Formats: sequence, C-alpha cells, structure tokens
Amino acid sequence: MNRSTALDAGLGPAAAEDFAAAGPLRAPWWRRPKLRKRTELTILLAPGLILFVGFVFIPILIAAYYSFFNWSGYGPLNDPIGFKNYSYAFKDPAFIQAIEHTLTLTVASLAIQGPLSIGIALLLNRKFFGRAFLRTVIFAPYVLPPAVTGVMWSLILQPNGFMDQVLKAFGLGGLVQLWLANVHIVLWTNFVVLTWQYIGFGIVLLLAGLQGIPNELKEAAAIDGAGPWEVTRRITLPLLAPTIRIWGFITVIGSLQVFDVVWVLTEGGPAGASSTIATYMDLEGVQSTDFGFAAAIAVILFAFCFVFALFYQRFALRRDTRGALTREVG
Amino acid sequence: MRSSRALAAAALAVATATVAAACSSGGSSSTSTGGSSSSASSAANVTLTWWNNATNQPLLGVYTSAIKGFEASHPNIKITDVPIQNELLQDTKIPLALEGNNPPNIYQQWGGGVLGQQVTSGKVDNITSYVSSWIGNISGASGWQANGQQYGVPVDLHVVGFWYRKDIFAKVGITVPTTLAQLETDDTKLRAAGYAPIAVGSKDRWPDAFWWEYFALRDCPQATVTSAIKSENFSASCFATASTNMAAFLKTNPFQTGFLGTSSQQGAGSSAGMVASGKAAMELQGDWDPSVMEGVSTNKSLSSELGWFPFPQTPGSAGSQTAVLGGGDGFSCTGTQAQAQACAEFLQYLDSPSEQAQIVGPGASGEPVVTSEASAITLPATQTAAAYFKTAAYEELYFDTALPTKPGQNLDTAIANYFSNPNASTASAIANSPQTP
Repeated sequence: MNRSTALDAGLGPAAAEDFAAAGPLRAPWWRRPKLRKRTELTILLAPGLILFVGFVFIPILIAAYYSFFNWSGYGPLNDPIGFKNYSYAFKDPAFIQAIEHTLTLTVASLAIQGPLSIGIALLLNRKFFGRAFLRTVIFAPYVLPPAVTGVMWSLILQPNGFMDQVLKAFGLGGLVQLWLANVHIVLWTNFVVLTWQYIGFGIVLLLAGLQGIPNELKEAAAIDGAGPWEVTRRITLPLLAPTIRIWGFITVIGSLQVFDVVWVLTEGGPAGASSTIATYMDLEGVQSTDFGFAAAIAVILFAFCFVFALFYQRFALRRDTRGALTREVG
Repeated sequence: MRSSRALAAAALAVATATVAAACSSGGSSSTSTGGSSSSASSAANVTLTWWNNATNQPLLGVYTSAIKGFEASHPNIKITDVPIQNELLQDTKIPLALEGNNPPNIYQQWGGGVLGQQVTSGKVDNITSYVSSWIGNISGASGWQANGQQYGVPVDLHVVGFWYRKDIFAKVGITVPTTLAQLETDDTKLRAAGYAPIAVGSKDRWPDAFWWEYFALRDCPQATVTSAIKSENFSASCFATASTNMAAFLKTNPFQTGFLGTSSQQGAGSSAGMVASGKAAMELQGDWDPSVMEGVSTNKSLSSELGWFPFPQTPGSAGSQTAVLGGGDGFSCTGTQAQAQACAEFLQYLDSPSEQAQIVGPGASGEPVVTSEASAITLPATQTAAAYFKTAAYEELYFDTALPTKPGQNLDTAIANYFSNPNASTASAIANSPQTP
C-alpha cells in the first residue's frame, strides 16, 4: 500500500503521510496507523453513532413504517392501508390550517425576531454600565422550561389578568384583548410568548458571533472615515452573517417543530386557531389514539425539516463551511 | 373524577350479564387470567402500582387510608399510590402505558367504548372470575364490561348537572331554573349584577361536549341517542336541532368573558375556580366539581354555598326531559395472574360498604356504587344530585367515553369548534365527526 492507496481507502492525506512514514508493516498492531486510526474513530464515534442510530434513525424508520397502518396503538399492526393516512392528512382542513400556522410562525420568527435579535445583540455588545446584568435578564426566559413559560403566560394573559391590568394602568385599556380566546389573535399571542422565550438564545448566539469580529477591522474602517452606521453595515453585519445564517437555521427548525409553549397556553385552540403541526399530531395521535395517522404527520413534519435542512445546507450554510468541512482535515 | 359509564339502570342487567359472563368465562377474552376467586394472592408477596386522578384532598386522603386499611388486612399485598392530573392521566399516560410493556397494575378507567378499545391491547386483565361473587351488588358494573367480560369495576358514579352558588343566586334574587328559558332569564340578571352567569372550561373541549350532549338528550329520544352512539353516526335530524338550540343559547352570551381559552379544572382561573371564587355563578359539570373547586380555592364556606340543579327542561322537544348525562370512575387491572387477583381484591375492598361511605362521604366523589351508602354523602349539593339521579328517566354515558376514543375525540373537537363559531358548516361537522377517518 502506498500513499495513493491510503488516500483511496478514505483515510485522508495525513493518514497517508503517516502510513508512508511508518515503513514496512512489521510494527505491532496498535502502532499500525491504519488500525490505530480505525480504533480511534470507532472509540470516538461509536457512542454518538449508537445514540443517533438508536434514538433518531431507527425511530424515524419505525414511524415511517407505522404510518402505513391503521393502528390505534393497542395490539398488533394488522391493518395496512398504504398511503391513506397521508392522503387523509392533506384533505383535512385542520391539518392544512396547522401547516399555515406553523409557516406563519416560522416566517414571523425570521422577519421579526431576526432584526430584533440583531439589534439587541449590537446594543449589548457595546460597553455600558449594567451590560452583564442586562445580558442575563435577556437570556433568563430561555432558561425557563417551556411548560413553566406556558403556565406563567396563561395566568398573565387571562381575562382581567396581569396584562390587562397593566395596559389599563397605562391608559391603554382600549388595547385589551381576549389574548387566548380570540381566534383572530391567539396565534399572535403565542408568537409573542415564543419570542419572549426564545429571543434570548438568538441574542446570545449573535453576541458570541460579534465577539469574534476583530476590533481592528472596525478601527481601520473608522480611520478610513466610516461612521458608526457604516461600520455596522459594511463591517459588522457581513462578518456576522455566518452566525445569522446559523441562527436562521435553528430558528426555522425550532419554529417548524414548535409544540410545548403552544400546547400549555392554548392546546392549539380555540377551534384550532393556534394549532401547529406538532399540536395537531399530538391531538390526533395521543389524545385520539390514532398512532398510525400521527406517525404519518410525524413523517410529513420530518420531511419538511429535512428538505429545508438540505436546501439550507446547500444554498446558505455551504459558503460558511466551505474550506472548513469540505476540505479534508484528517 | 371525570369519568364514564352510566349505569343507574342495571341491577337486573348486571346480574344477567354477570351470570352470562360467569358461564362463559375463560372463553374469548384476549387476556386470560382465569383462576379461582379464592384468596390466591395470599401465597406470594404482590406489589401493585395504582394510577388514579385523586391529586387533591379530600379524595387523595381517602385513597391513602384505603390503601392502609387494605394492606393491614392483606399483609402480602403492597400498593403504591400514583395520583396523576386527570387530563394527563386519561389522554396521555394510560394510552401510552398500555402500549408499553409495563402498564400500572391498577389504573383508572371510565368504561364504555374507550375500555373496549383498551382491551384490544391485550394487556387489560379479564377479572370476571375474581369478581363474579360480588359484582352483582354493584350499580353500573356493566359499563366496565367488554365482550361480555368484566375488565374493570366502578368505584363511584357521576351525574352531570349545574353546580351553582346559592349565595350569589340569593343576592341577585333569582331562583333555580327548571326550563331553559328561565335559565336565560337568570343569566341576564346575573350579568347585570356583574357576575359571569355560567363558567365553562372550553379549552378542554369536553366541557363544551357536556352542553351539546345535554341538548341532544333533550331533543332526541333515548333510542335515537343509543343507536347514534352504537352506529357512531349523529346525522339524525334531532342532533341538528340540538346544535341549533345550543347555538341560540350561545347567542344569549351566557358564559364568562374569554371562555374559549379557559381550562376547566386547573387553577383559580379555571371554570371551577371561577365558581369557587364567586366570579361566576354556576357551571355545568360532573359531581367531582366540588372537590375540584376545593382544590383550587381558599373559600372555606364553599360547601354550604354550593347547590345543584339538573339541566333545564326544554318543553315540547322530543327527548327525555329528565335524562341525565353521567358516568363513573372505575379501575382496571393489568399484570400477572397474582397481580390481577390482588387488584380485584383491592377493588372489592373499595366497593365494600365502609369504603364506599368514605369515597362518597369525606371523599366527596359522586354517588356510591353500593346504593345503601348514598346516605354517607355529606355535601348537601351532591345529596341533591344523588336524589335526582335516582329519579332520572335514564342516564347516558358521556358520548366521548361511550364511543371509541377517536370518534369520541372527534366529536369533542367538532363541538368545541361549534362553540367557537356556530354555523352550518361546524354543525354538520358535529354530525359527521365520528366517521371522520
């Protein structure tokens, strides 16, 4: 075996160099680079791989299998119905409504939480008194379990509750709404609560990105005569773009799967006005014990996320990973 | 507490069914746990986990002492009490546990079509042979049968009606309504006095279903209701009439502001909490409601302030004017033969007169399955309910429990949607809901 066969074996150039330097194959097995490499890889990757296969990959396959059956969850799978669960899902107005709501939340998260997170992160990146405290405060809601957030906000938002009283105290009584009962508003109520919960995460992520931008670049631009706005627009934001793209990815996947806060706040109601794909799935699967159908919904949701992830990877993230992950680094 | 199967009828039917079951026991059941009904569990030590919804006092305490009493007389049996919040227990934990390999040995069970479906899991024990000697004395036990076999035993029965605040009624100067028209008049006066007339927990959907189902009982003859549930088809015209009548009632604005987002039993802001705190004057609920109110309120004089009246009559309509909606709480068994037998012995203990007196007396959990213990009910409002229960034309099991799970849930969802937006399309959705695939 020579360098090129080592490369052919997928071991990467470094391994090939090791191999070439190792000389004749007489060393004990633990000294043999190829075996050592494999052992290392096995030991380091196996735990993660086993978890991934056992708790992600196989369940997806099993769910896909279940989705072809009419199955209540009790007893054996003995009523195969082909693609009927899928065709019924797309004929059910409640499911279409849930998809619309999910997409609305996703777009709103990108369009509203995005600029908000960037703005706050930029502010919090400046030096001022109480900055650490403010950073903590902003991040605090993210630390709360979503169920706690749901219960807390359902109390705050109940008719004549804290929110209404605060609005009235500020002379804004006219803005009082049935936050959780008005079918035209309830989806946006959920969006606000979701924003409250998750915006801290986006801000912290972007702050980390901002820390990585060398000050020298900003200083150089300033010396060249750029004002603060110019520096932000031409230096900071472009350099922050990889972080923003990652944030966008996490936000979209999170929004597509949103369940817990919505479930505790409204259970997707009233009359499905705040349903999401995940709450619809729970209602049909767990509450109505129609697990075959719910498995089909799960597969559809997975397909949404997977297709999005592939496209995003191909068209948005690739430019960030090119040169890092696409070049052999072994 | 919310529960299922109806049952008042039935000593004769139960006796017949029990004899039939006894004759055929060991036959077609999917889980065979046959064996003698003697005290076989005395042989080895048996540990049982018990899932129930008694998360609040006083029933929690009653169940705890029941365990102590039972363990004292059955030293080889240990029971672990696991109280779980009702909706979580009913909708999530039990179905998932029955799909898993380690379901609780004793779990709460509301009978009807849902029990029938659970039996198909093959994990619910057929306890016919263990209970045959005493089940004939238990009211409503036939509601916990599937395929003619006993797969569970009720420990109390429930009736749905109006729980109202006597003090508020007196303050506003209104009396208990006997017709729907009177109820609407009362509502108007209550609203004028600053109260939410009626609280309803629409977020949970099933409280909405109680309303529609009562309209259906008033507007449809019993035979129509029975056959609709059996055939899972609500397309008979009287159900459309019920929807129309309910929509007309909704138009009178009888419920609290924002009722579509209110839960029924959780916290002070729930419909039960609103009645307990005096923000609302009444609520259509099952007779577990007083104990729920006690759990979410600090009102110490609540028990004397609560009254009960049946769903009002709608003179001239085609259904029974005194039929009641209700069900009961029961328990089913899973596990080995020894565990099933120990479970059955525990259920027999819970259905003994002394424990029945505890459950409906201090426990305030509805009506007893041993009719002689009705006198043990302490809450005056529940006494009224129990007295009316005996005179009712018939009791119909909550529709969502009488139906198998999916049609039942579809019906609840369709009714809740109708509550939110009553129109021709949502009304026809109710009629078609059970058949929705």
